[in-house]
Amino acid sequence: MDERTLDNLGSRRKHHRMIRLEPRPQPSILWTYASPALALAITVFVAVFIFIAFGKDPVRGLSIFFWEPIKSPYALTELILKATPLMVIALGLILSFRANVWNIGAEGQFLLGAIVAGGLAVWVTENQIATQRWAFAPIVLLAGAVGGALWASIAALCKDKFNANEILVTLMLVYVANLLLSYLVFGPWKDPKGFNFPQSIRFSDDTLLPRLFATGRAHVGFALSILLSALMWIFMFRMLRGYQLQVGGIAPLAARYAGFSPRGALWTALLVSGAFAGMAGAMEVAGPMGQLTPYVSNGYGFTAIIVAFVGRLHPVGVVFAAFLLSMFLIGGELSQSRLGLPSALSGVFQGLLLFALLTCDTLVNNRIRWVGAKKSEAHA
Amino acid sequence: MNELALLIAAMLSAGTPLAIATLGLLINERVGVVNLGAEGMMLIAAVCGFAVAFVTGNQWFGFLAGAAAGACAAALFGLLAVWLNTNQYATGLALTLFGGGLSAFIGIEFVGKKLAEQPKYDWPWLSDLPFLGTAFFKHHPMVYLAILVAIAMVYLLYKTRLGLVLRAVGESPESAHALGYRVRLIRLFALMAGGALCGVAGAYLSVVYAPLWVEGMTAGRGWIALALTVFATWRPLRALMGAYLFGGVTMLQLYLQGEGVQIPAQFMSMLPYLATIVVLVLISRNPTWIRTNMPASLGKPFYPT
Repeated sequence: MDERTLDNLGSRRKHHRMIRLEPRPQPSILWTYASPALALAITVFVAVFIFIAFGKDPVRGLSIFFWEPIKSPYALTELILKATPLMVIALGLILSFRANVWNIGAEGQFLLGAIVAGGLAVWVTENQIATQRWAFAPIVLLAGAVGGALWASIAALCKDKFNANEILVTLMLVYVANLLLSYLVFGPWKDPKGFNFPQSIRFSDDTLLPRLFATGRAHVGFALSILLSALMWIFMFRMLRGYQLQVGGIAPLAARYAGFSPRGALWTALLVSGAFAGMAGAMEVAGPMGQLTPYVSNGYGFTAIIVAFVGRLHPVGVVFAAFLLSMFLIGGELSQSRLGLPSALSGVFQGLLLFALLTCDTLVNNRIRWVGAKKSEAHA
Repeated sequence: MNELALLIAAMLSAGTPLAIATLGLLINERVGVVNLGAEGMMLIAAVCGFAVAFVTGNQWFGFLAGAAAGACAAALFGLLAVWLNTNQYATGLALTLFGGGLSAFIGIEFVGKKLAEQPKYDWPWLSDLPFLGTAFFKHHPMVYLAILVAIAMVYLLYKTRLGLVLRAVGESPESAHALGYRVRLIRLFALMAGGALCGVAGAYLSVVYAPLWVEGMTAGRGWIALALTVFATWRPLRALMGAYLFGGVTMLQLYLQGEGVQIPAQFMSMLPYLATIVVLVLISRNPTWIRTNMPASLGKPFYPT
């Protein structure tokens, strides 16, 4: 044992000669904001290598990811279109993550929102109920939110009553929701005139969300998402309930001492994030899709997790992060059609970005100290 | 009778990847680290394993490649989560998202490719036994290896010094550190060992079970394996039992369909996921039961001083 201890000390001293992470007395505000930028730079750096490795011009590759999505008004509307669901889902997730409730299954809640909203639109279309776009929009969005919140409430119930881990339950429900959607569009809701494709009938025009601009497919959901961001800011930073949630996330014991209910926090976090994800699902089916298909989601629920972290779990940061990740999604699609690279490239970059971000975030609470060899020797 | 034998055989075969992955995650969690990247590691390993098995024509090289890929992915996770003390949940998720993307990216060339015909695995005369032969003795060697790994792990964890050190690191990293053990290094190696096992599980799916590469083919098995470690209360033999139980649930859907039960296929496919939730609810219901069995430092960061 003695030998082992000595050996250990020796190697630890060797370690000290290079770089050392020292805890900061206060989290660095500078690095809180610089970290996403550095992470993006690292991701771009790796991306350049990937492009070169596949024999593609890296400048062209990067321009597809960062210039093409913003170069024309139409491209911008597409950017907004994809950023909208990411933003809405992530706005719910930041509340949940701050409360230390790990809702990983936003994808499932998104799908349930899409199913409920889509079901409503199908029903209205089939029964030829007269509606107007502006009048129906709140109804269909609410339907989606209810669907998402109900789906998330299963996880809340399992956690609250039975202590079952919410990460695993919400995630399992993603697979269940996917299969449920698949059952519906292959089965009872399949369009009889759809040439046997797994898709519902097209919703009537009056059930679709009003468009936002003269060109493109961007819809009122975007305006709503900006409003939701402001509301979330108020809830988090100006309301007692939001404060209680966050205290519970950072210091559960302090929250309990103060009499803040952890159960209330759990239910609020899951219901709100579920409702937001569900509403995003409703926006997607009543927005650009206009019908239910098995491919409603595009993985928005998972990408939104990255949006939440890149956006610093902050309602305003999430807006910017959603646009960045929307660029990633569009860039992935374009690199398939323009460069002949698999669209899965987008997923690689998303993962890289989150890895890089988590690494850079170390600098928020730590600083790097270069410890010279001489000094260390002197210590010894 | 013969049907029952086939069902048992299918259950063992379907349960094996879950068993191997669960055993791998069990090592991770025994030293106090939750790796939510299981799904990502399995996917990367599945595509690497398939690619190598396809190119070399030898499935064992495929398993080696899978194990190596899993260990590398786990090392990446370990560097972040153990050395930089990043949030374990977020880092694991990053690995799962990254693994999903990377595997799809690598695998695009291997979609629709077929592996060379595999030999039949028969035991000299055991395979000819009436019921038992069909049920237990016509499996891929990996099926038996999974059982051996579980037994070896029981021995390792409870009968050896190394096992004691591993458990000490998981229960109280501070004490282990004070005794002079290099907690972070031990955690990193344990993570890589667990990653290698998850990798073998992924390779088993793409090389033996399917055997082909499809994007996202693990279909949540990494997450189910994570749930199984809770179900097993972090004990290897229970993990093995749990995995076969879930293999049975997976097979039940095919069996019921074969019997002509009129339930839509999608609802049948939900069974493993719903079963996972039910199992989690039943097991977690008693907090003391979980607390007494769970490694005390699970999911908590450790800062050596």
